[in-house]
Amino acid sequence: MKEISELHFAEDVRYAESHEWVRQEGDKVRAGISDYAQDQLGDIVFVELPEVGSSFSKGDEFGTVESVKAVSELYMPVGGEITAVNEDLEGQPELVNNDPYGGGWMIEISPSDQGEMSSLMEKDAYLEKLKG
Amino acid sequence: MRYFPHTGEDIKEMLEEIGLGSLDDLFGPIPEDCRRHGELDLPGPLTEWELNARMDALANEMAVPPDYRVFLGAGSYNHFVPEVVRQLLLRSEFYTAYTPYQPEISQGTLQAVYEYQTLTTRLLGMEVANASMYDGASALAEALLMAIRVTRRQKVAVSRLVHPFYRNVVQTYLAAPGYEVVELPYRENGTTDLSGLQDLEEYAAVAVQSPNFFGCIEDLESQGKTVHSDQKTLFVVTFSEPLAYGLVKPPGELGADIACGEGQSLGIPQSFGGPGLGLFATRQKFVRSMPGRLVGRTTDKDGRPGFVLTLATREQHIRRERATSNICSNHGLCALAATMYMACVGGTGFRDLAQLNHDKAEYLKDGLRKSRAEIPFAAPTFNEFVVRFPAGFEATRDRLLEKKMVAGIPLSPFYPEFPDHYLLCATEANTREDMDALIKEVGS
Repeated sequence: MKEISELHFAEDVRYAESHEWVRQEGDKVRAGISDYAQDQLGDIVFVELPEVGSSFSKGDEFGTVESVKAVSELYMPVGGEITAVNEDLEGQPELVNNDPYGGGWMIEISPSDQGEMSSLMEKDAYLEKLKG
Repeated sequence: MRYFPHTGEDIKEMLEEIGLGSLDDLFGPIPEDCRRHGELDLPGPLTEWELNARMDALANEMAVPPDYRVFLGAGSYNHFVPEVVRQLLLRSEFYTAYTPYQPEISQGTLQAVYEYQTLTTRLLGMEVANASMYDGASALAEALLMAIRVTRRQKVAVSRLVHPFYRNVVQTYLAAPGYEVVELPYRENGTTDLSGLQDLEEYAAVAVQSPNFFGCIEDLESQGKTVHSDQKTLFVVTFSEPLAYGLVKPPGELGADIACGEGQSLGIPQSFGGPGLGLFATRQKFVRSMPGRLVGRTTDKDGRPGFVLTLATREQHIRRERATSNICSNHGLCALAATMYMACVGGTGFRDLAQLNHDKAEYLKDGLRKSRAEIPFAAPTFNEFVVRFPAGFEATRDRLLEKKMVAGIPLSPFYPEFPDHYLLCATEANTREDMDALIKEVGS
């Protein structure tokens, strides 16, 4: 595992306590897991994503991510309806390791409450939290 | 792997290491009122010959073959076990092996489990099988929990013709977390009635047993189509007598999403009811939701083939309370017996044996029908079937027991609506003379 200073934290996203990130894209948002989360998990071998069209509240489990050492739950950073999932992850789950904020995105959400975005952390606050 | 018990010296060293004076100190944190004081209430020691005599006397209290002519099935079957199975099982590499965590020292056990999985998928017509569960009942309960996980639904339907004990275990597993179990009625011909099943989209799974508890073969193909009229609902097929699949199509060819049940018939002695073997198989797309251990085939860094526990991250020792099951082990020795049995009987032998069981049961059924008994259910059967005897058959049954003949089990404790109905079974182990004797006694 890397030092926090060696990890990358995107500027254009917000972070959840449970290490998911969210990026505003028009009236939708995309979500994935942070560089810190993928580094902690190690080599990712499978990502289980929800069905398009299903709806969840903020904090609900929407899927799981399986690495060589553990299976972990994924939690909704904001509530809403799933409008797309990253189907590339089925064949290339390692995208989450290699490009967590880009090709490793997981779901696209149509948020039920845009206000929930503001409850998430900016990069600096997230870094503070990680440094404890 | 080897098993070494602790010697007194080991225990002393360990206690010293952690700074305790005695085992009582070690158990100190356990509240006083939860601890046993004084000696266990056990009988005194016996010599080896006294002990043998005592065990023989206990064994002789049971009505078991070959002393008794037994026509019982109902979940535990009297099949011949080839001597080769017993001899191979006695190899210490196999019978002392526990859960094979370390592939570098457990290739033999791991390969045996892998072969077991392969044979199980072939027997059941499925794509992937786990390394086994405790018994048929726990396999069914685990299958229903798996369906609940896969579909995220809270309700399952289980046929009333699923073995009553299996249904009890299902209740035990599902009631506490608050899942609902709906029982499906049966039709006049002795098979499950799905026609009243409403709101299928609420059900995680529909489970039937084939051959069912009345011995009847269910029409799995049409039931599977009914269940799959909802895209998500899983069709679960359970069984207590897998030998039937030597003759009838296996669940996997008839639409089952999960096939699970008892494997005792496959080379495992009846042993007063256990241990059994839970066979469990499903479709590849559900593999990550499957409970239990799984052994996979891979290659090492030099490209040599090898076997290793696979998808272990789903399991209890890693995923704790979110594991796919609290069963983190398998019935290794029973699974091994089943593997050896299936391998030595072979595909052709399995078919022949199934045919023999069916034919014997049909012979018995015909004979009984001709001597005052009625066969109430019209659906085809495999090696067991329900018979309705004239009222007062209990006395006849008791009389036969004195003649060392066990004439089936009464249905009424499980199905009060069927007084005078008995479930009888015939396998390759019942001779024609035995069956003729039973037919004659019943008719007299």
